Amino acid sequence: MSKYAPLRFHVPQPTGRPGDEPDFTGIEIPAAGSVRRPAVDTKAADMKELASTMVRVLNRDGKAVGPWAEGISDEILLTGLKNMIRVRTYDERMMTLQRQGKTSFYMKCTGEEAIAVGFKAALSKGDMNFPTYRQQGLLLSTDYPLFKMVCQILSNSEDPLKGRQLPIMYSSKEHGFFTISGNLGTQFVQAVGWAMASAIKGDTKIAAGWIGDGSTAETDFHAALVNASVYKPPVILNVVNNQWAISSFRGMAGGDHATFAERALGYDIPALRVDGNDFLAVYAASSWAVERARRGMGPTFIEWVTYRVAPHSTSDDPTQYRPKEESAAWPLGDPLLRLKNHLIGRGLWSEERHTQAESEYNDEIRAATKEAEKYGVMGSGSSPKNMFDDVYKEMPPHLREQRQKLGV
Amino acid sequence: MPQMSMIEAIRDAMDVKLGEDDNVVVFGEDVGYFGGVFRCTHGLQQKYGTNRVFDSPINESGIVGTAIGMGAYGLRPCIEIQFADYIYPAYDQIVSEAARLRHRSNKDFTAPLTIRTPCGGGIFGGQTHSQSPEALFTHVSGVKTVMPSNPYDAKGLLISAIEDDDPVIFFEPKRLYNGPFDGHHDKPASNWSKHLLGDVPAGHYTVPIGKASVFSEGSDVTILCYGTMVFVAEAAKKETGIDAEIIDLRSLMPLDVDTIVESVQKTGRCMVLHEATLTSGFGAELAAQVQERCFYHLEAPVVRVAGYDTPYPHAQEWDYFPGPARVGKELKAMMEAV
Repeated sequence: MSKYAPLRFHVPQPTGRPGDEPDFTGIEIPAAGSVRRPAVDTKAADMKELASTMVRVLNRDGKAVGPWAEGISDEILLTGLKNMIRVRTYDERMMTLQRQGKTSFYMKCTGEEAIAVGFKAALSKGDMNFPTYRQQGLLLSTDYPLFKMVCQILSNSEDPLKGRQLPIMYSSKEHGFFTISGNLGTQFVQAVGWAMASAIKGDTKIAAGWIGDGSTAETDFHAALVNASVYKPPVILNVVNNQWAISSFRGMAGGDHATFAERALGYDIPALRVDGNDFLAVYAASSWAVERARRGMGPTFIEWVTYRVAPHSTSDDPTQYRPKEESAAWPLGDPLLRLKNHLIGRGLWSEERHTQAESEYNDEIRAATKEAEKYGVMGSGSSPKNMFDDVYKEMPPHLREQRQKLGV
Repeated sequence: MPQMSMIEAIRDAMDVKLGEDDNVVVFGEDVGYFGGVFRCTHGLQQKYGTNRVFDSPINESGIVGTAIGMGAYGLRPCIEIQFADYIYPAYDQIVSEAARLRHRSNKDFTAPLTIRTPCGGGIFGGQTHSQSPEALFTHVSGVKTVMPSNPYDAKGLLISAIEDDDPVIFFEPKRLYNGPFDGHHDKPASNWSKHLLGDVPAGHYTVPIGKASVFSEGSDVTILCYGTMVFVAEAAKKETGIDAEIIDLRSLMPLDVDTIVESVQKTGRCMVLHEATLTSGFGAELAAQVQERCFYHLEAPVVRVAGYDTPYPHAQEWDYFPGPARVGKELKAMMEAV
């Protein structure tokens, strides 16, 4: 007989399931302004605590405090707020299209708008993002035409991706937005490769990889970190920790009792853990990492702490697996409201201007949608010929034969 | 013309492209300072520097994943996966990413990369250093798959692959690296210095992807093969006296169907021969193509000779390997069938 008790198998469980009270007591939230801002050339080993704490700028009164609050212009904040309103309005409109049966699928980023919008504001033209499916803010805070975006959602004859991709999987090299993959995590290491190429060529452009908390479990997460650690390319590795991967809470990716940012330290990559619902903290941390990359100091890892208010997608129902009131109980609040209140408090914004901005974006998106719908909805107007083109640069004989058999 | 082994020819192709095109980079495990476990990149880092030729972590998905990112930037990476048996961790990056970028982004992003990888057995490598996984790639829309059988084709095809704007899997039959091995493992090995196909022109030339070569003309039966099996087929032809036409496919995807059809319609018989496992192997596709296009010209059923559906063995390597005796026996049976 063994002298040991029988072993027990461990499957992590979240703090609440449907019917339970939301419980975020396990998430430690330091006071805004309490975390130091190291010089950008600080070594990973000399800033370890920044991977465990949380960089925050906006305090409970909506005031910007501490070292990360410095040097952010009013213009950045006002543009950021407007872009966040634009993203939220767009999401709501596209949800409506899905409910009307005009698109098969949509994914909102409600509650996470500050991250993509604030990060993009810190980048320069020519830099490249390798996004996941919840960074529409990277595109919506540029001049990428709304009409084209909506046509992609509708998979119609003007879809820039010719109906080949699931709605929301945009691509625009010109706007620094790499083609989205449905296979999770693959883009994280590709971002590292793009940054390696920039360094090989002696360029000044940088890359950013994006991944969710759930997908950090993928092998490509490790591939990205080890290659970033080895070659020290100008890349920023962003983990959007929104607590949920469909129905799996962050603990199913090993993120319950250790932070995601702490993983970077084992690879000697400087890491920040940031309040992702605090636009000022997002912009400040992004600018810090961009400066490091641009000055040839190598990769930075950032964990953005946020909450997925929206369902995973239009095919998902979160009431089946998490407490109904959880998103309302999320202690870091709504990023849009927090920035709005900050700007109103400083006299830079008002309720009237806010309502006016919402109305303007609503009109803009409605007009683009109306125009896009003229070219078809739900895949109509898309030619079957599009299947065969661009599989290769030149169509090989076997594809030509198959296309001819289909008669297109 | 200089006489080269397949290793030297492959190295020379990379040397030519590194010299011609600043966007070409070469990397992989042990590829840089050391020059690769099979020496294919020997001296290239010394010549072109660590910015162009470098070692990678032991991380195949990372090798391909970073190469895809580099391709998206505008480089033209030529990467090495040390053994084809090690390519599986990179499969997702190849299938879901490299193969699909052009199509899914409507040409916004492409992956012009070449993945070199040694394949095949005959070196007592056991099950993790001997596999021929080409069919896993010919099944994937968006990648090209090639396998040369000699130094001349290896250099010309590798230059074509590096210049190609689509991803190319470049299989190197490692048993042919140093000489034209015909399956007679108990006889002294020959090397490329005495072979016509070891004559490799200096400088730039290409062998087109998508074109088969008629390796040896004949009238009795067509043997469709590639890589190491080309020389096995030649040995079986000599030893049986059966006048086989040996087609070296060179390029599996795209496939040169015209050359296949022309030959089978002439001979009326077809053997499909590969070292990879039989079931769902590339031979199944070849047999189907021949059946669809040459049925009324066939005088006997298409025969497949291939590796057994087992892991590639170590001690039993020569029982597994489809050598000239097995090929010859099947050839005779085909000729006697009618």
